[in-house]
Amino acid sequence: MTGLYNFFAPYASRAIVCAVALTLLEACAAHDPALTRSAPYDPYEESNRINHERNKRVDRAVLRPVADGYRAFMPDDLETGISNFATNLSLPGAMVNNALQGNGVGMTSDFYRFLINSTLGIGGIIDVATRLDMPAATDADFGQTLYTWGVHEGPYVELPLLGPSTSRAAAGRVVDMFTNPLGYVIEDPEIYYVAGARVSRALSGRGRYSESIDSVLYDSADSYAATRSLYLQNRRFKVGNGGSDAYLDPYDTIGSSTAGQTVRPAVSANFEDPYDQ
Amino acid sequence: MTNSLTRRSMITASLGAACVATLPRGALALTEAGARTLVDNLVREINRVIASGGSLGAMIAGFEGIFRKYGDVDLIARSTLGADANRTSAAQMRAYTDAFRGYIARKYGKRFNEFIGGRIEVLGVRQVKSWYEVQSRVILRGEAPFDVRFLISDRSGRNLFFDMVMEGISLRLSERSEIGSMLDRRKGNIDALIADLRQSG
Repeated sequence: MTGLYNFFAPYASRAIVCAVALTLLEACAAHDPALTRSAPYDPYEESNRINHERNKRVDRAVLRPVADGYRAFMPDDLETGISNFATNLSLPGAMVNNALQGNGVGMTSDFYRFLINSTLGIGGIIDVATRLDMPAATDADFGQTLYTWGVHEGPYVELPLLGPSTSRAAAGRVVDMFTNPLGYVIEDPEIYYVAGARVSRALSGRGRYSESIDSVLYDSADSYAATRSLYLQNRRFKVGNGGSDAYLDPYDTIGSSTAGQTVRPAVSANFEDPYDQ
Repeated sequence: MTNSLTRRSMITASLGAACVATLPRGALALTEAGARTLVDNLVREINRVIASGGSLGAMIAGFEGIFRKYGDVDLIARSTLGADANRTSAAQMRAYTDAFRGYIARKYGKRFNEFIGGRIEVLGVRQVKSWYEVQSRVILRGEAPFDVRFLISDRSGRNLFFDMVMEGISLRLSERSEIGSMLDRRKGNIDALIADLRQSG
């Protein structure tokens, strides 16, 4: 009986994960808030604000001091190397998502970036690809894949510890725990080094952008509203691959000849003309 | 000549205005090349401020000068107030615009610190609705470049930028949210908001 249980246990945990992801997705189905930039769709504001205050307390008590200490303790080059290593290992997951989105260009550019950085960049420690001016990493995630599949953004949520998100992005995060093929290849002790590198990368980020993050969290009139506004604008930019008009004019020769790398779609296509107001 | 405002000149002027208003979009005085030149000049000045590596005060003053020269500060200030701009008197609006300019210069001038050793590069221009969006990227040492767009319009009568969008985050829309929160905190009192703005950033 226990043998049978052990056999099914991994599947049971996956079923729970799937159920969570589906519940989050259902929340996305009701409403498409991306239509209005000014009024965010935030029906859970009350509980979000509670999470926000908790997250701020955690940041003040733990994350910020640890990140500052980590940055002060680690030599800059080593810190960048660890962060690059973690970023490089996220590329296969992005490649899977690019494939799911039908984005062949992005998948190819991420593949070459992974190839170059893993070899010439000594396992990803040196970001040779950026120095060679190769196309930027796509950073594709499953939340973005859901966007290309037509799933609505859903309500804004602020998750405990993880911070700002949307229901769609949160569902994507859950699925992304399984989309990175390296997760199935890397064995037991090494997987903890990878996890450690990811934590280090997060600490580097908190430390490096310390002033900017502090100004949003601690100097804003309403840090919840400021975080929400910044997160949603940035997330929509990333999800739309650097622009809000997903459909490029096929007759636009200027746009298509240089597309992909340098000239990305306009970000202001959904903006209202302020001179009309 | 003393009474130059004759009926004839009024009619001529209003006819002229009507013609301008009905011009098709393609006939805008602002061209793609014009928008690009404006941003090229703006970027050159920003790069000069970054490269000078001056003190924080000098950087803030440098940014304020650039904002004043190339930005439509009146419009940006007004639009961050949103609908509340309609109940603001002309005198309050002047005071608000003034306080807003200083606040923006302090808040974003400080950030220029992080750009030291970096530079901005203009990539391309495209027309969106009535404005031009000039795409550029900020190249920093040891970091992936990030995307900055300048939105240029001539609807104020001059070619000026009315927004700056960094990685999708619009300065104007973010400040509208922030000013809205500041106004809420003061229960909608514009004068109290102006006093707060002079202290913040």
